[in-house]
Amino acid sequence: MSFRTAFEQENWEAIKASIYNKTATQVEEALSKEKLNLEDFKALISPAAAGYLEEMAKKSQALTLKRFGKTIQMYAPMYLSNECQNICTYCGFSLDNKIRRRTLTDAEIHEECKTIKALGFEHILLVTGEANKTVGVDYIENAIKIAKGYFALISIEVQPLDENEYAQLMVHGLNTVLVYQETYHKEDYKKHHPKGKKSNFDYRVDTPDRLGKAGVYKVGLGVLIGLEDWRTDSFFTAMHLKYMERNFWRTKYSISFPRLRPAEGILEPKVVMNDRELVQLICAYRLLDEEVELSLSTRENQRFRNNVVKLGITSMSAGSKTNPGGYSVEPESLEQFEISDERSPSEIAEMIKSNGYEVVWKDWDHVLD
Amino acid sequence: MKKLTIADKTFSSRLFTGTGKFGSSALMEKSLLASGSELVTVALKRVDVHEQEDDILKHLGHEQFNLLPNTSGVRNAKEAVFAAQLAREALETNWLKLEIHPDPKYLLPDPIESLKATEALAKLGFVVLPYIHADPVLCKKMEEAGAAAVMPLGSPIGSNKGLKTIDFLEIIIEQSNVPVVVDAGIGAPSHAAWAMEIGADAVLVNTAIAVSDNPVAMGQAFKLAVESGRMAFEAKLGEKSRQAEASSPLTAFLDEEQ
Repeated sequence: MSFRTAFEQENWEAIKASIYNKTATQVEEALSKEKLNLEDFKALISPAAAGYLEEMAKKSQALTLKRFGKTIQMYAPMYLSNECQNICTYCGFSLDNKIRRRTLTDAEIHEECKTIKALGFEHILLVTGEANKTVGVDYIENAIKIAKGYFALISIEVQPLDENEYAQLMVHGLNTVLVYQETYHKEDYKKHHPKGKKSNFDYRVDTPDRLGKAGVYKVGLGVLIGLEDWRTDSFFTAMHLKYMERNFWRTKYSISFPRLRPAEGILEPKVVMNDRELVQLICAYRLLDEEVELSLSTRENQRFRNNVVKLGITSMSAGSKTNPGGYSVEPESLEQFEISDERSPSEIAEMIKSNGYEVVWKDWDHVLD
Repeated sequence: MKKLTIADKTFSSRLFTGTGKFGSSALMEKSLLASGSELVTVALKRVDVHEQEDDILKHLGHEQFNLLPNTSGVRNAKEAVFAAQLAREALETNWLKLEIHPDPKYLLPDPIESLKATEALAKLGFVVLPYIHADPVLCKKMEEAGAAAVMPLGSPIGSNKGLKTIDFLEIIIEQSNVPVVVDAGIGAPSHAAWAMEIGADAVLVNTAIAVSDNPVAMGQAFKLAVESGRMAFEAKLGEKSRQAEASSPLTAFLDEEQ
């Protein structure tokens, strides 16, 4: 059974109600268990768990230490293109945003790679919009081949691809694919994605299955927080994670929890998640799953990032540019969103060290591809 | 205390250690020095083999330490053999901790692929120490395939749960002609001491030292525990009595005059 089949048996409103009806007793039960299930996860992300934040944070810290030790992995995003045929209400690259677009040439990709490498990075995340004619799978394959000459681990965050296309990219050094569902609310998904290939909810929600079948080493899941009720959306993310772990046991998983950031011409978030709630969510994921990687980007501010390093996060980006050519080629091109933590990679590394954690730049080698 | 010999090397310390999860390479170095460990395992994927001044290797450049590269990250025998060859070239040692775990969640070893890889690597002249399940039959097969030692797990890696596989470890130790190193799950010095008391030749510890509040002190604590356990084993522990001595022996009537 595909995830979609399981997903279609669930009802958004019923799940939402069951989360909001969780009681303090159910939170305490979840906190006393060694192995948590999705019902426990609901309790931990419910309003009833708000009073248990410190206890959750302590458990999350201990579990993260046991599995990952005192380490934080570092990565940098590298935007290859801001061309996009989709209209997405929350994204700076949206087709209806009439700003000059650009796609990096081979020489420019080399330039950007050199600049990012010089900052110390070994793990790179290649990002594009969705413009299949100019930035199709062949363009991505070529970019991976170039990046492989510089970096130990290559991830992509691009349009969803077919299974054979992922398999093709794996041959050339792809390791990880991030594909966020944005929201699992099917009706609202259509409102946020009115035009372009991305408006196909089913193809997107099927993507992790295709990634699993293609044998991609690591898959990153998540939703864009701000579009819909974050608790319900996070429940579906967790359900997706558990489905994937059961069905694609050779694959590694990571979760991100991007909160909607300001960008050129986008909507205001429908739902605002505060810092306490984001900490609650991070800890809930860790308590549900000791092994999942939890990633935090520069969308979050300095103070928040300094403090959550020890609470369950396992990887971080630093000094990110969200525009193609942003590191050296064309710093002023259109960006996807404004970052919040503007410190340099070396400043972030210092912050991590001052927390008593080791900065892990390299945790893969192409010999393992 | 008897020294331990594996292949061409002799060790005074029976505590092998991992190098991951420490808050810094400097802290790792200090803790491992304090532990007295003479064999330290390093994940090939964490090392930058092109970098002269790799941070991890720089901190392990002591005479005390012998490097034991591991293949963490590989998923099958073919990948393991390839990674091993690169490790041999880059780290200049033919010693290898073979780790094949296709499951990235619990990092449990693949017995079938590990056996294949051990056979192939032994033929290529590697000193292979495979990380495997506490499966006595598999351990004998590993021995036949050319493993220099076997490394059965005490409990899931990183779990700190101790010797959950104790009954199988005892059988493995009883039957083995190669050294038995209990690897994975050792979460406290008492677990390490116990493994040594039952006759394990060595233990491998990482998480319990690396993530403690004071890894240097914990390294020392494990050193003492391993020595103490080994000493007790060599001095021969008294047999555990399964039942109380009956006050009137059941067979006493045989000695009685009729």
